[in-house]
Amino acid sequence: MLSHIARRLLQAIPTLWLIATLTFVLLHLAPGGPFDSEKSLSPEARANLEAHYGLDLPLHQQYFVYLKNIIRGDLGPCYTFTGWSVDEIIAQSFPVSLELGALSLLIALGFGIPLGITAALRHGKPTETALMGVAMVGICLPTFVLGPILLLVFSSGLGWFNPLGWSVPGDRVLPSLTLGLFYGAYIARLTRSGMLDTLQNDYIRTARAKGLREGLVVLRHGLRNALYPVVAYLGPAVAGLISGSFIVETIFFIPGLGMFFVNSAFNRDYTLVMGTVLFYAVLIIFFNLLVDLVQMWMNPRTRHD
Amino acid sequence: MYRKKFLKYPRSWVHTFAGLLCGVALLLCGCEPRLTNVERGNASRELYYGIGTEPAGLDPHLITGLVEMSVTTALFEGLVTLDGETSMIEPGVAQSWKVSDDGTTYTFSFDPEARWSSGDPVTPDDFLYAFERILSPRLGAPYSKMLYVMKNAEAFNKGELGDFSQVGAHAPDASTLVIELEQPTAYFLELLTHCTWWPVHPPTIEKHGGMTARISDWTKPGNFIGNGPFTLERWRINSAIFAKKNPQYRDPDSVWLNGVHFLPIQVDAEERAFRAGHLHLTSTVLPHRIEWFRQNMPERMRFDPALGVYFYVINTKRKPLDDPRVRKALAYSINREAITDHVLKAGQEPAYNLTPPGTGGSYHARARIPYDPELARQLLAEAGYPNGEGFPSFDILYNTSEAHRSIAVTIQQMWRKELGIDVRLFNQEWKVYLTTRQARDFDIARAGWFGDYNDPNTFLDLNKSDNGNNHSNWNNPKYDALIEQAARERDPEQRFEIFQKAEALLLEDMPVIPIYFYVTSRLIHPSVQGWYRNILEYHPYQDIRLVP
Repeated sequence: MLSHIARRLLQAIPTLWLIATLTFVLLHLAPGGPFDSEKSLSPEARANLEAHYGLDLPLHQQYFVYLKNIIRGDLGPCYTFTGWSVDEIIAQSFPVSLELGALSLLIALGFGIPLGITAALRHGKPTETALMGVAMVGICLPTFVLGPILLLVFSSGLGWFNPLGWSVPGDRVLPSLTLGLFYGAYIARLTRSGMLDTLQNDYIRTARAKGLREGLVVLRHGLRNALYPVVAYLGPAVAGLISGSFIVETIFFIPGLGMFFVNSAFNRDYTLVMGTVLFYAVLIIFFNLLVDLVQMWMNPRTRHD
Repeated sequence: MYRKKFLKYPRSWVHTFAGLLCGVALLLCGCEPRLTNVERGNASRELYYGIGTEPAGLDPHLITGLVEMSVTTALFEGLVTLDGETSMIEPGVAQSWKVSDDGTTYTFSFDPEARWSSGDPVTPDDFLYAFERILSPRLGAPYSKMLYVMKNAEAFNKGELGDFSQVGAHAPDASTLVIELEQPTAYFLELLTHCTWWPVHPPTIEKHGGMTARISDWTKPGNFIGNGPFTLERWRINSAIFAKKNPQYRDPDSVWLNGVHFLPIQVDAEERAFRAGHLHLTSTVLPHRIEWFRQNMPERMRFDPALGVYFYVINTKRKPLDDPRVRKALAYSINREAITDHVLKAGQEPAYNLTPPGTGGSYHARARIPYDPELARQLLAEAGYPNGEGFPSFDILYNTSEAHRSIAVTIQQMWRKELGIDVRLFNQEWKVYLTTRQARDFDIARAGWFGDYNDPNTFLDLNKSDNGNNHSNWNNPKYDALIEQAARERDPEQRFEIFQKAEALLLEDMPVIPIYFYVTSRLIHPSVQGWYRNILEYHPYQDIRLVP
């Protein structure tokens, strides 16, 4: 197990290097720079600015300076927001994105797994059709449609929640639902099909033949294997929940990292783009590793390898 | 048997779970009586102001945009200020000033009450420090050219002069500041209200990286020292900035508000926040919502003329646009009123010249672009394209945006209908568009310009051949000479006359096609008093009262 973790971490290094390099090259290939604006700067002011940030150096030197700084954990100063470093921006915004992502994941699992089990046990019945229909709608509804619908009903209509913001605990409900229901719908479908496959197996029949309670058969023997595809899906899902929250953040005015991630590219804010891309890359690698470990633990055949 | 027994299990499970979730939801939303920000703010004298986007910084020497200006106006004060209602110059840190007979030397006497939020007095030396800072090449201040009217400032900023003592600013005593100008500048006092001329607190700057450090923590809450009516209390990026009343301000009794919350809510969500009572003011009204507000709550919508013009730049080096007759034909066949009334709909004024009416107090250009399709067709025929025959197709370049597209489509149709010519629309992402425009790699490009100060010069200087923002390749020595002559002229009336000539010359050659003058639109809660109509978008927070 430990050697597996070590191997995976070592593999992560060239991956991250490749991501850093590609981002650097692509960013510098894109037309325009961080200091272009409607009112163009005088050549002197531009030269001064570029000198201040080291952008006057030849590109390969900039690249090496950048790599050296990353290794030291310094993602550099932000170009768009003067006075803020990329590290500070991530430190202030990521906890918010993480909280939103974690709550959404809870909602996704909390809805998805019970619905999936119910649908599987009601296989071929109208309940299954209805539940899977709802799940299909959930998958098809993009967040920028679901968010405003929830707002219309629960904020403008019923007045239960603030229309935007992230200050009181109630502010978490609608954004987390908006983001979580999509993944919940997907998880419901995965759980259902996993469950249907698993319930056909011989060991389930054996368990039943031993006279175990049906609840125990389904939840202990069935669910563990049925969740295998769900866990595999969680790696990309978690990454998506945490990095893909841009739209939800915009709709609900949540001070998360997604907004910086998207806007930095439009602003050609080199350091902020590269900082957020690398940060997300590390997260994705981490969660994929975590998922692998959980899968290994779930499967007795690999657990002892 | 098995199944039946089991089915109870998950169903009850689902019920329990659903019940739990509803309970938590009710608990979360029902545990406190919810006051809106507006109700809370009206009681505590705090203004909630939606500014549309996160400011790019609060360092007055490094910022460039209107959003940043709207926040820093609360935090700093220059030598002079403007009256929010009349736009007249008012004393600021300087309580009085004298101008020499030749108009090149200004002597400012400081208000002894002017203090930093730390309690230190604001001194002439602080201003000298600020001028040296913004002009230092190493700082890379984007707007340092605003100080170029000061003697030797340009040379110092360009690194041609190393000794700051030769720049035209000095302090003969502890309460006097003398500023010498390169030449008489009629709008000099107006310039002083711009953030580039504001002071910074030298000990704070020195403590956080020094005079020329851009990457500095001095604008963070806790470190921040300013001299405005408010001081920075909290700043969470992308969430909120709170400026609290500054008890050390030179005239604390003039400040009614106890604080201002600046909320960078994206424009799409702003309206929702306003209608739910979370904002007193928004940064804008989205064009497609104007009609709804006009019908349902017209009293909450405000349109103020702005010091800005929307125009098309013509690349005068490209055929057939190098012919002034062609350029005039294009300009004369645009029905600007149709654009402002049916496309924009927010009270924008059609632009029949470049300088917004009323700039500099009383400048109204006499030269005027006619709307005359018949004359346009005649000009096009004279240029060799009767009824548009044989006219090569060209592109209108604009940055990707629904509003720019609508205008371009309308103009495309007008040109097709009136002149019989075909143009293509070509949009690019913002930074790509800026690069293309800078490289002059376009036929016609959309552009916009907001004045840096309230004087026709800020618009007309744009078309001077050596101006970095002149993208039309147009170069007319007579025009350049007029703009330079106006800069030297001391008599205000004579000066405006020279601008009239320059503007007439511009419309005769037509390197740019003005389309409309901008307005600022916003939603404003009825409790907000003292938010005056103002071409400069300058709203001193001292004037504001909240009357529920």
